[in-house]
Amino acid sequence: MMMTKDQKEKSAQPVEGRRSFLKKLWIGLGIVALAEMLGVIAAYLWPKKQKADAETPGKIITAGAAEKFEKDSVTAFRRGQFYLICLDDGGFMALSRKCTHLGCTVPWVASEKKFICPCHSSVFDISGAVVKSPAPRPLDMFAVMIENGIVKVDTGKKTKRSGFDPSQVVYL
Amino acid sequence: MASVYPKIKNRGFVYHLHPPLVPQNVLKFTHTWGLGGSALVLVLMQIISGILLLFAYSPTPEAAYPSIVALQQEMLFGKLIRNLHHWGANFLVFVVFFHMLRVFFTGAYNSRRKVNWWIGLGLFLCVLISNFTGYLLPLDQLSFWAITICTAMFEYIPLIGTMIQKIIIGGTEIGKATLSNFFAIHVALVPMCLAILMPFHFWQIRKAKGVINPSSAEGKIHKVSSVPQLVTREAAMALVMIAALFLFSVLFDAPLADKANPGLSPNPTKAPWYFSGLQELLQHFHPLVAVFVIPFFTVSCLICLPYLKFEKADGGIWFLSENGRRMGIMSAITALVIAPVMIVLSEYVINISKIVPGVPPVVINGVIPAVLTVVFLFGFYQVMKQKFAATAEEGVQAVFIFLLVCFVVLTITGVWFRGPGMELVWLWD
Repeated sequence: MMMTKDQKEKSAQPVEGRRSFLKKLWIGLGIVALAEMLGVIAAYLWPKKQKADAETPGKIITAGAAEKFEKDSVTAFRRGQFYLICLDDGGFMALSRKCTHLGCTVPWVASEKKFICPCHSSVFDISGAVVKSPAPRPLDMFAVMIENGIVKVDTGKKTKRSGFDPSQVVYL
Repeated sequence: MASVYPKIKNRGFVYHLHPPLVPQNVLKFTHTWGLGGSALVLVLMQIISGILLLFAYSPTPEAAYPSIVALQQEMLFGKLIRNLHHWGANFLVFVVFFHMLRVFFTGAYNSRRKVNWWIGLGLFLCVLISNFTGYLLPLDQLSFWAITICTAMFEYIPLIGTMIQKIIIGGTEIGKATLSNFFAIHVALVPMCLAILMPFHFWQIRKAKGVINPSSAEGKIHKVSSVPQLVTREAAMALVMIAALFLFSVLFDAPLADKANPGLSPNPTKAPWYFSGLQELLQHFHPLVAVFVIPFFTVSCLICLPYLKFEKADGGIWFLSENGRRMGIMSAITALVIAPVMIVLSEYVINISKIVPGVPPVVINGVIPAVLTVVFLFGFYQVMKQKFAATAEEGVQAVFIFLLVCFVVLTITGVWFRGPGMELVWLWD
């Protein structure tokens, strides 16, 4: 009797092994299918690149003749969403108007000569450096190029920085 | 032979939802405050008013705002329908929040109710997402900038934050893609999740043999028939809720500011009120701590709550015991004193960067305050536990109440005591 029981168990083992293998296979395939579905959804929802970027790599905006800008002045460019800064030594910088704290549009307050964010009262000086937190870093920069006395700004790429550095300023 | 089931037409449907007999003591209003039922009523009302709004709304950046203006000015009852949907959504956040507190303070999240606690958290998340996505849809100055700052918060989540932000916004600026995303989430994804989770939530209550009841009361409890005892109470609560919402919507208009202008941030720009506690945290902590560490920690604690091994696991008694109640009052008073004092100190007095210059802001405004907070909370737990000779359960509850009251203080400060430039102002100024 004992023999037959053992034999039965032995003969049952391959079936059990096959069953658990097939079960694992099904679960595995299910996970693969789920991952594929999530991948497709992610790819579908992933934002497209802006068409303007493909046509003109780096949206270059012509700001105007360098002499036109007074020293120690800030000019807003709505189209490129940046400020063109002319420092008191005649150097140029282009700063993003987006606050580095939570993305509000920072206005230039001419009477105080500072950028003051209305959302959480971060304050930046004319070079974009943080005067008062909560902003964690200076205003982001766009590349400035001066060709034949004409100031141009490349709004295609934003540069993050941790502090003000004289090398960020472009001179005529 | 007399049946315990009362003879009522269509009772079959009622008995899908309720057992034929319910313990009399759970029918007491203060046992549940009718909050779960109210949430259900509000969700159903949101579905009706939402469907009506869908007939009038156009989800494109150019047409969205004009369609809301036309709804309010030209369509008969248009303003009322929008008010109902707007205030209903706000009521719902309130009601589900208090529902969660009720479940927490009556200890109805252990053992048999573990899964339902998680489903409830999922439902709460759905309500918040629904509110948040709906907030953008009118595309006025208020909604545009509130969503701008809220989506900018994602940037501070390490590693995956920028990616999540990019997918939600559908690019780098709030625009056409953002509106499409928010609209789809608001009118399809969240309602679908609610439709799946809500019946699951109700079924789990049946599985746990009804709402929580103290085990000490078991056996002695007199049971009464759910029709009409329970059903009439539910109907009364539902009618009161509907009446309150209508009254509120007739008296107060949903806000609608000017058309969104990406070049002009209004001063001040505030998040929706249920996120204004989070925004207030941002005034005091580094963004990494305020929008990542603290929310992540809070959500983790809520998820892990059913796993706490407590000394006694009896649910159904408000605030656990008389001792727990006293500790709760003590914690609330402590928080009511400490939170406003800390807000004012952090605003005007404390400036660690002046004491130790040259240390990065993430350490000064992030790591140091966070560590101090954790140390304080641990000390608070120990002191309370010793002073009141309390169980671990009562100690945890005391810390929870402390944090809860702090959060409420932060939210109230953000909503009413922040003026232009997010400076602290008196409410009446």
